[in-house]
Amino acid sequence: MTRAHTPHSDLPPPLTSVGVVGWLRRNLFSTPLNTLFTLGAFYLLYRLMPPMVNWALLDADWTGTGREACSGDGACWVFVRLRFIHFMVGFYPEDQLWRPVAAFGMAGLLLLYLLLNGLPYKGWVAGFTLLGSPFIAFFLFYGGLFGLPVVETHQWGGLMLTLILSTVGMLLALPFGTLLALGRRSSMPVARTLSVVFIELWRGVPLITVLFMSSVLLPLFMPDGIRLDKLLRALIGISLFQSAYMAEVIRSGLQAVPKGQYEAADALGLSYWKAMLLIVLPQAFKTVIPGIVNTFIELFKDTTLVLIIGLFDLLATVQGSFTDSKWLGFTAEGYIFAGLIYWLFCFSMSRYSHHLEKKLHTGY
Amino acid sequence: MERRGASVCSAYALTVMSRSEAITKWWNQGRNRVLLFQVLLILGTVLFFFLIGANALSNLEKQGITSGFSFLSQKAGFGIIQTLISYDESSTYGRTFLVGLLNTILISVLGIICATVLGFLVGIARLSTNWLIAKLAAIYIEIFRNLPLLLQVFFWYFAVLRSLPLPRNSLQMGDWFFLNIRGIYIPRPVPEQGFVLLGIIFLLSIAGVCALKIWARKHQEKTGIELPTLRTSLAIVIIPSTITWFATGGPLHWELSSLQGFNFKGGLTVIPELAALLLALTVYTSSLIAEIVRSGILSVNHAQTEAARALGLPQRKILRLVIIPQALRVMIPQMTSQYLNLVKNSSLATAIGYPDLVSVFAGTSLNQTGQAIEIIAMTMAVYLTINLTISWLMNRYNARTLLQEQ
Repeated sequence: MTRAHTPHSDLPPPLTSVGVVGWLRRNLFSTPLNTLFTLGAFYLLYRLMPPMVNWALLDADWTGTGREACSGDGACWVFVRLRFIHFMVGFYPEDQLWRPVAAFGMAGLLLLYLLLNGLPYKGWVAGFTLLGSPFIAFFLFYGGLFGLPVVETHQWGGLMLTLILSTVGMLLALPFGTLLALGRRSSMPVARTLSVVFIELWRGVPLITVLFMSSVLLPLFMPDGIRLDKLLRALIGISLFQSAYMAEVIRSGLQAVPKGQYEAADALGLSYWKAMLLIVLPQAFKTVIPGIVNTFIELFKDTTLVLIIGLFDLLATVQGSFTDSKWLGFTAEGYIFAGLIYWLFCFSMSRYSHHLEKKLHTGY
Repeated sequence: MERRGASVCSAYALTVMSRSEAITKWWNQGRNRVLLFQVLLILGTVLFFFLIGANALSNLEKQGITSGFSFLSQKAGFGIIQTLISYDESSTYGRTFLVGLLNTILISVLGIICATVLGFLVGIARLSTNWLIAKLAAIYIEIFRNLPLLLQVFFWYFAVLRSLPLPRNSLQMGDWFFLNIRGIYIPRPVPEQGFVLLGIIFLLSIAGVCALKIWARKHQEKTGIELPTLRTSLAIVIIPSTITWFATGGPLHWELSSLQGFNFKGGLTVIPELAALLLALTVYTSSLIAEIVRSGILSVNHAQTEAARALGLPQRKILRLVIIPQALRVMIPQMTSQYLNLVKNSSLATAIGYPDLVSVFAGTSLNQTGQAIEIIAMTMAVYLTINLTISWLMNRYNARTLLQEQ
């Protein structure tokens, strides 16, 4: 006698392998060793997080107009709040504050326009951003035209100076680095040797020695009667240093352009410069945009070193404010605030570079 | 037929070219133009250096500074807080240079070792199957690599180490380890009679282990049998040294630091400047190395692991023989540039007063003597030499790990 086979309906998966429990078992407690690590990490977080949150947020003082407002248990953000403008622009005269704000507003709007997808005339806007806006920004900062009072460069400081140093260094390093990269791959032995020596020399020494060089040696090398501004000297040093790094990034882009493209340009009868500008360089730049963003991040962090030659960038301004006798003992708050600003800039740029890498990774 | 066609073509091309070359001006002809451009480049460079050289000479003369390296034998007249060789205020600028150089090398070597170890740990943790550990490692990396190094140096030095207690209330672990605002105090090993013998025995047993390893590999290549060498090696290293240790009556003792008056005496002192700089360099560089380690390990094709497993290799050997050698190939060039950066970044010492080369030589000595050109040139030459040496060593190591393709 045969019995009909009635299939059992599917059982649900065991409770311990799905949902929250399953996730925990898979990701936190999969082996005894992992369990140990997890418990250790939880203990560490338990010991570190609550005191930090208490200090920075719950016990912190936010409002007030002076030192009295700091009760002493937690962080005293009043210090940062009262000095905020000083940290942003250094000793820029307060009645002229609209000028840096306008300049950075313009730069911000231009960048936003370039970063958003699907807007027309991007080429023209990019050209204006690179070639036109720096001059407008300079006259806004420095003044002297259209009745704007002159603000000397030693009054520039804070985040404003950090941004000026890094963007100008970058804008100068791009064309110069491109020339060096082309020189390094040139068939002319003299041009090649000079480029290699230049690149390896600057890449082999610390930025501090380059800054020392520009602040101590440049005045010696100048003919009589010419005095270079301190900020200008720092900018020359930073640009030389950055060009060497930029040259290597662009060289890697040039190497990535297939040989057939160079040959096609030759076959069309284009001259060297036309072939480079119209065919090779656009492709090279496209592949190394993430690399360029990364060197920009490095430069942004490295501009902090100008405090060693006596320029007051964001870090130097914060550092200098610790010596104020009314506000002794607020080092941690100051560093955390400066760190937060640097971190936000660098992190968002590195996210953007990741995004570009994904966007530009077309084909295979 | 085809060949004839080609030759006709090239003959045609030649006539066209020669005709067009005759028309174009001589400087527009390819070869001449290249030559002209290079001659102009050389002349420009020479003129540039001639001009700045002449300016520098006249400027120096006006300031009354004689050029040359004779200042190196003059008395420096300032003290340095940490010296690896004997130095006092009557030493020369040449000696100052050496002291700074050694301090730079010390911080670089310590930094490279610590950053590599920590970077590997964090990089592996970032790939852990444990979600929490992987996330913590990711947070560590994202925080520290996006903050300027100088800010981190300042933070450790001014916000952390400056808030430590005074010597009298030092944090301590037993009698061996003290931590206060003046630095970290650890015991100093003092060798006694018989220590040299112990050292010789130890080195000999290491040589013995190497010989055993070589013999075992030859044996494996010949017969295919893998000999277990771990236990024998351990025995060779430990037993003779232990016997010598007891036979000579423990020829090493530790000198402890102790509070005498207002400060600690004896033992080894790590000055806070060194500690802060080392901490910052280690943490910053390790966050970058961690990403290199991760990309190296991820670059190894997963099929490699599967193939190794199919061959029946245990996990330990899969790591050692299959994954790490291939990951190293991706990692080494990037690691090299991180090491070079670390050496260069050690010059941030000057911001907190750790007496490295830039701080004592390009800083204090330059201010005292005014010999800007010589001192900056020497400093840059030192960094170039150190960096060229590191990249030469790493490139040699890299060549050994490269894929041997047919």
